[in-house]
Amino acid sequence: MSAIRFPIPDATIIDRRDAIIAGLSELVPFDCLVVSENERRAYETDALTAYRRMPLAVVLPRTTEEVSAVMAFLHKSGVKVVARGAGTGLAGGAIPLEDAVVVGIGKMNQILKVDYPNRTIRVQTGVTNLGISEAVMADGFFYAPDPSSQLACTIAGNIGMNSGGAHCLKYGVTTNNVLGVKMVLVDGTIVDIGGAHLDSAGLDLLGIVIGSEGQLGIVTEATLRILRSPEGARPVLFGFESSEAAGECVKAIIGAGIIPVAMEFMDKLAIEICEGFAHAGYPLDAGALLIIEVEGSPDEIEADLARIVKIAQAHGVMTVKESKSAMETAAIWKGRKSAFGATGRIADYICMDGTIPTGQLPLVLRRIDEIVASFGLRVANVFHAGDGNLHPLILYNCNDPVEQEKAERAGDEILKLCVEVGGCLTGEHGVGIEKRELMPYQFSRSDLDQQMRVRAVFDEGWLLNPSKVFPLDGREAA
Amino acid sequence: MAHSAPASEAEVTEAVIAARSARRPFVIRGGGTRAGLGRPPEAEDILSTEKLRGITLYEPAELVIAARSGTPLAEIEVQLAAHRQRLPFEPMDHRVLLGSEGSPTIGAVAACNLSGPRRIQGGAARDYLIGVKLINGRGESIKSGGRVTKNVTGLDLVKLSSGAHGTLGVLTEVTFKVLPTPEDLGTLILLGLDDAGAIAALCAAMTSPFQPTGAAHLPAGLAGDRAMTLIRIEGVAASVAYRLDALRTLLSSYGTGELLDRDHSAKLWQDIRDCAFLAAPREAAVWRISVAPAEGARVADAIKSALMMRYFYDWGGGLLWLAVDPDGDAGAAAIRQAVSRFGGHATLIRAPAETRSKTSVFQPLTEPLMKITAGVKASFDPDRLINPGLMYAGI
Repeated sequence: MSAIRFPIPDATIIDRRDAIIAGLSELVPFDCLVVSENERRAYETDALTAYRRMPLAVVLPRTTEEVSAVMAFLHKSGVKVVARGAGTGLAGGAIPLEDAVVVGIGKMNQILKVDYPNRTIRVQTGVTNLGISEAVMADGFFYAPDPSSQLACTIAGNIGMNSGGAHCLKYGVTTNNVLGVKMVLVDGTIVDIGGAHLDSAGLDLLGIVIGSEGQLGIVTEATLRILRSPEGARPVLFGFESSEAAGECVKAIIGAGIIPVAMEFMDKLAIEICEGFAHAGYPLDAGALLIIEVEGSPDEIEADLARIVKIAQAHGVMTVKESKSAMETAAIWKGRKSAFGATGRIADYICMDGTIPTGQLPLVLRRIDEIVASFGLRVANVFHAGDGNLHPLILYNCNDPVEQEKAERAGDEILKLCVEVGGCLTGEHGVGIEKRELMPYQFSRSDLDQQMRVRAVFDEGWLLNPSKVFPLDGREAA
Repeated sequence: MAHSAPASEAEVTEAVIAARSARRPFVIRGGGTRAGLGRPPEAEDILSTEKLRGITLYEPAELVIAARSGTPLAEIEVQLAAHRQRLPFEPMDHRVLLGSEGSPTIGAVAACNLSGPRRIQGGAARDYLIGVKLINGRGESIKSGGRVTKNVTGLDLVKLSSGAHGTLGVLTEVTFKVLPTPEDLGTLILLGLDDAGAIAALCAAMTSPFQPTGAAHLPAGLAGDRAMTLIRIEGVAASVAYRLDALRTLLSSYGTGELLDRDHSAKLWQDIRDCAFLAAPREAAVWRISVAPAEGARVADAIKSALMMRYFYDWGGGLLWLAVDPDGDAGAAAIRQAVSRFGGHATLIRAPAETRSKTSVFQPLTEPLMKITAGVKASFDPDRLINPGLMYAGI
């Protein structure tokens, strides 16, 4: 029934399971090793829950040295490794294989050094995304990338997927905010890339590690850029009659030379779902909603808002509602950031993540509606409007295999559309297993071969997260 | 010595395949203004990008521009300026420092990851490079990224290409995200601070909520009798005035501070970007050193104890430019020792070719990273055809 295939597990590895576990138990204490079926079940999937595979075992090392020892042992034993952060990934990048050991960094969750003069923080990568900002918030600093899962997701996962978030329009995504990493290579070698300084020596290896989805090594520590918070920030809700009007307004704001900190879009169904969950005061009569955040001193905020409101009025805005308090601000963002969770309360969904040139927004939104309707399904749209990163949520019933297949086919059509109009398959969630077989729509054979040759420089034997990102092609699959 | 000037991606492919069949490595030449960067070429043939010209895409409302790699930067800047936009990372013009002539190209900006003072706040060239097309050493056309900013599809070969100095392939087309040019700018100048005081002031500015887009320190004797500590603010006029005033109050313990207007600011930051203060004397060797900003003065002190030098700081102390005696290793041993104590990297930007061939121009890497670097090079260019040895000997 499942559309996404997995490689056939290597029986010779599974036969050696007891020996492999015995070897691991010499490297880490018993409470860092998960072997029973019941406990392993917690690791059999990530946030792409329609797919699951029981791993051979799970190791949760406490130090970089333990990760190194584990990796060296598994490398010598020819055992595959699936790296795992918090398991919040939406593309199946952390879904295990039956002949692989999961190496999770959840126990490595210490903040090592906060360095305000250099505006950096050094952490073990099991720290959560929000944990970084919380550690420096009282002193007026923050860590910019803010994926919706920031409460739970780890920096390791953010680095693996090059995560984004609502505030990336101004401050960039993970790769723009990581200065250095400590990484364990497939054979256990520990390397440091970058540091507290800007730009790397030699080739930009940091640039290739970030977003590599656990295929190049396991990052155990990271030096991140932290920023001083602005004097103030205020989100404003703009309700429009239609998605087209909201899309045109986004274009006009950027065209006028204004780059807000965040510019988020929701369509009518998304507004209803999120408002029902968060009670954030979203306008239920609107056909589309923009959440636009501006920052600075009170005067600067007023001035920026005045310019934005004027543009919105020229595009027929129906309602303009400013946050009047910190509580309202929190509610507005809670609604947006819980969009996926809130949708999950009313139906199962698959979340797409393509990016398109913003000029194509009206066309693509219309086509998405048509595509999903043609499969007899419904779609809610929430996305980062400023950078064209779409998140259509296709609603379906996961207990109905026919509907699941329809939802997946609709999703594939949407992603192909994103590539056709000049965009890409994934803006911030990663390829994982979900979009693996679509890669040839975006890349030529030579493009993919070049990426795979670079991958092989780090992992000649393809032991690290081996069935992700690249099409399985001729590989045997079940 | 063969010189080819392909006029299309297909012709670049042909040229690379011909070079591969003839086993003749070549050097990529853009505008020629940066021919003195890196180790001296280990190849006689030249592949020029001079005929790969033209902007292929410019959508001001989408903040994106794409151009063939040999397009003069000036042509792109004119187009952007007409729409009140710019390349936000302020790419350095090496002509002043290297005494070179010609017209810098957009391809070199991407290949060398060239970023100026604004890097500290807005990011580097590599942060704005969102798409590349290149021909690798196997003669294959490779694309990575595209025209949208948010893109995590596959391995990020865009970043890898940026800063590789053309050693992985011949860039044929590059795509950058651009930003609106702010309406106004101004500079707060603090006079007479010593290095440690200046860097403390710059750190205070950079950890303020006012988002400076430049933070530099020119020690006494470099651009005047008194040391100048400079903080740049850009934005709408009212905001620039407000923020400069707020910074002046914040930093009042470092001096009263003077304000520099828009035009004077623009010229001054261009000189900082281009390292104009160290252009003369021409024979001095010039290094570019990236360290953690708060360590800048300590790194400078450590080098000063071993070498005579003229120098200044950009990036809030995190970028150290210094001019030293070009003899011997041009100070490499002392500089690398100091940098290794604090963490960071040093690049020899200007020195006689003989020095650049004997000394490591780029920061030496640890053994595992050097092995990966060699492997990455081989994955793109197995026969070492393209800019061989430009970054590291044998790679």
